[in-house]
Amino acid sequence: MFTIVNREEMAGGTVILNEIEAPRIAAKARPGQFLILKANENGERIPLTMAETDPDKGTVTVIYMVVGKSTELFKRLKVGQAYQDVIGPLGQPTHIEPGKKVVCVGGGTGVAVLHPIARGMKQAGCSVTSIIGARNKDLLILEEKMGLASGELHVCTDDGSYGRKGFVTEVLKEKLDAGGVDQVVAIGPVPMMKFVSLMTKDYGVPTMVSLNPIMIDGTGMCGGCRVTVGGETKFGCVDGPEFDGHQVDFDELILRLRAYTEQERCSHERCKWEEGGNA
Amino acid sequence: MSTAKTPRQAMPEQPPLVRARNFEEVPLGYTPEQAVAEASRCLQCKSPACVQGCPVGVDIPGFIKHMAAGDFDKAIGKIWERNSLPAVCGRVCPQEVQCEGNCLLGRKGEAVAIGNLERFAADWERQHHVCELPSRDAATGKRVAVVGSGPSGLTVASDLILKGHEVSLFEAFHKPGGVLVYGIPEFRLPKDIVAAEVSCLQAQGVKLECDVVVGRTVSVDELFEQGFDAVYLGVGAGLPKFMRIPGENLVGVLSANEYLTRANLMKAYLFPEVDTPIPRGKQVAVLGGGNVAMDSARTAMRLGADRVSLVYRRSRDEMPARKAEIHHAEEEGLNFELLCNPVRYLGDDKGRLTGIECIRMELGEPDTSGRRRPVEVPGSEFVVECDLAIVAIGAGANPLLTRSTPDLPLNKWGYVTANAETGKTGKKGVWAGGDIVTGAATVILAMGAGRKAADSIHEYLTWGW
Ligand SMILES: Cc1cc2nc3c(=O)[nH]c(=O)nc-3n(C[C@H](O)[C@H](O)[C@H](O)COP(=O)(O)OP(=O)(O)OC[C@H]3O[C@@H](n4cnc5c(N)ncnc54)[C@H](O)[C@@H]3O)c2cc1C
Ligand SMILES: Cc1cc2nc3c(=O)[nH]c(=O)nc-3n(C[C@H](O)[C@H](O)[C@H](O)COP(=O)(O)OP(=O)(O)OC[C@H]3O[C@@H](n4cnc5c(N)ncnc54)[C@H](O)[C@@H]3O)c2cc1C
Ligand code: SF4
Ligand code: SF4
Ligand code: FES
Repeated sequence: MFTIVNREEMAGGTVILNEIEAPRIAAKARPGQFLILKANENGERIPLTMAETDPDKGTVTVIYMVVGKSTELFKRLKVGQAYQDVIGPLGQPTHIEPGKKVVCVGGGTGVAVLHPIARGMKQAGCSVTSIIGARNKDLLILEEKMGLASGELHVCTDDGSYGRKGFVTEVLKEKLDAGGVDQVVAIGPVPMMKFVSLMTKDYGVPTMVSLNPIMIDGTGMCGGCRVTVGGETKFGCVDGPEFDGHQVDFDELILRLRAYTEQERCSHERCKWEEGGNA
Repeated sequence: MSTAKTPRQAMPEQPPLVRARNFEEVPLGYTPEQAVAEASRCLQCKSPACVQGCPVGVDIPGFIKHMAAGDFDKAIGKIWERNSLPAVCGRVCPQEVQCEGNCLLGRKGEAVAIGNLERFAADWERQHHVCELPSRDAATGKRVAVVGSGPSGLTVASDLILKGHEVSLFEAFHKPGGVLVYGIPEFRLPKDIVAAEVSCLQAQGVKLECDVVVGRTVSVDELFEQGFDAVYLGVGAGLPKFMRIPGENLVGVLSANEYLTRANLMKAYLFPEVDTPIPRGKQVAVLGGGNVAMDSARTAMRLGADRVSLVYRRSRDEMPARKAEIHHAEEEGLNFELLCNPVRYLGDDKGRLTGIECIRMELGEPDTSGRRRPVEVPGSEFVVECDLAIVAIGAGANPLLTRSTPDLPLNKWGYVTANAETGKTGKKGVWAGGDIVTGAATVILAMGAGRKAADSIHEYLTWGW
């Protein structure tokens, strides 16, 4: 049983943390890897990155934004209740080169995915500067943890309600202009990763992004997670999820992520309506 | 005894236009009277050619004799001696090239409907629960890990549990059954049949663990460290092949693996009752000519397509699908685009598929295999309009497990090399069989490989490598 042992709400209940009992996975997981979770018999298989793992306690932690039917169902699970299925660890672990000067850029819930990577890099002796952003103060997550995982932390909000007003890319540009950056890691909404990659390409700084294509099995068996990287088709779940941002066809990814928009909307509406009816 | 002149009992079926819009099983099964009548046609040959055609050597005249006498319990007992999944095989074996293809009666008239009879006996037993579970030998204390719960893994588990070993069955997906569950659709193989077979194994003591991706959640070497004495790899050929032509990543181009997994494993045809969506194409093109292509095409019809076209590069005679599937698909209104090869996919500005540019082929000189090779007719390009394309041109070896087991010898295509008689691989204590050794093949061959490996594993656990 994949029982939830701890649950937190962040960003005004739009982002949820679940710590889940999964000893076998906790023992094997490495930074950058993800899980596939299914709430119940009729549920969808949903990929989420592990934000934290505790091999001693035998738990893994996911942090997700509530965006549709499945994450809505996940949100309703309480401590003591369980996911029917949790599968992992999937995907390639992050490749960490010790001793580098790294800038980590995170947007929205991408910060949850970025955190274990930044921490892993710091532990490996990298100099880590992090830039995290959100639309406004209430939606910002994991500021304190990112502070601990980084030598230097910058916070931006689109509306200026907290930290610096503006996009993460503005701070990034200053860092790149200052020079000496060996690598950039960018994780967040696809447009953000796209613009970061465009910018770092001009500066010739290698950039790693974590892609989130639609997945089913997560084991390379369906090909639904196809992404184009350097003109070649890759499977996001087994070849990734991390790729060279300068090679990724982000526009294709954006279109492919919209494949089921109509059906997802219908499913989510129905789910909210049913909850209203039950209440 | 009857003769070749008695006609073969026709299988009652749902009418084509009704069934083309539902997911219920197409053949309804014989009545007991029909089963007895059909069984009575068998000549009870002294040296039965039919048995030669069955990869696991079912005693066909033996079980049919009991059926002709109306003793269905004895019949199923006879089948079980060689085949642990008769309800499945009766439905999906390519009988026309195996048992029935060899039947003496077929030389002058119609072969005995061996598959239909096997199916009847198995269904009868499942509905009446007349037979007892076979008894288990004394516990040996040896532990076997079976990786993959497709037909080959299920066969190994079933054989070894009876020999007194402890068996754990590890499955990457959240449900057991392999292709029987995620690939072959409900209208051809109802999923509760597979579930019944698996719960029977569990009742005998097999420990089933889903959600375990061997190679990720646990490695093969770790299984040995955890105390398993032998490991069987029956992980199938789970790697989708694509055409590698322009436009393949447009929205609306899916591998058959993805399409069928959504439909079957995730039951997406019930969306929004279930949460997984599936694209409902109006104009659907299916690329390929095998069972997988037929299953995809017939699923698309059932999901409400106006027109489903099968785009196949060779001619009809060369389609590798079971004859019954081609016939059923045709009755249901499938449109054939034969001798036709896709060149590129066409899309709109939203990245969605609008059609496939194809080129006509003609049959040229025979190649080394004796098949006439299709060659392009210059200037014959045309467009098959479609909003959904399903690529069913075959499967390859999924490297996930094999890459994480570096000392496991593979062939140049990435399949595991295993001894054809024993299933032994080049790694001590590890056996393999089914599609991961042979490449995409059939249910009964995967089961046959499992049977041989189980014998070899038992020998090893008793006597050593
Ligand atoms: C490797 C990977 C790691 C991820 N890690 C995180 C994470 O740590 N935190 C987080 O908040 N989100 C993460 N995501 C995104 C998350 O999977 C989606 O937000 C989730 O699937 C939405 O499901 P839904 O039913 O709630 O919403 P829906 O209404 O179904 O969909 C909303 C959007 O999510 C995307 N989506 C839908 N179904 C899937 C699917 N099966 N697989 C992937 N994307 C889908 C689509 O773009 C869709 O438009 C990750 C995705 C991937 C591929
Ligand atoms: C759509 C379709 C229709 C078909 N129709 C027919 C037909 O009519 N007649 C016929 O005879 N044959 C048919 N076949 C072929 C037949 O189904 C296969 O040859 C057969 O299922 C192979 O059995 P298997 O046990 O080797 O593997 P599979 O059935 O593929 O099972 C392998 C299992 O292993 C699991 N697995 C994979 N990797 C791992 C891992 N790392 N860890 C744990 N588990 C893992 C998979 O999830 C899967 O459940 C069809 C195939 C398809 C796809
Ligand atoms: S197992 Fe398949 S080939 Fe053998 S007798 Fe049964 S249907 Fe025929
Ligand atoms: S070959 Fe045909 S007639 Fe002869 S025993 Fe087999 S099924 Fe009966
Ligand atoms: S999710 Fe199926 S291949 Fe990646």
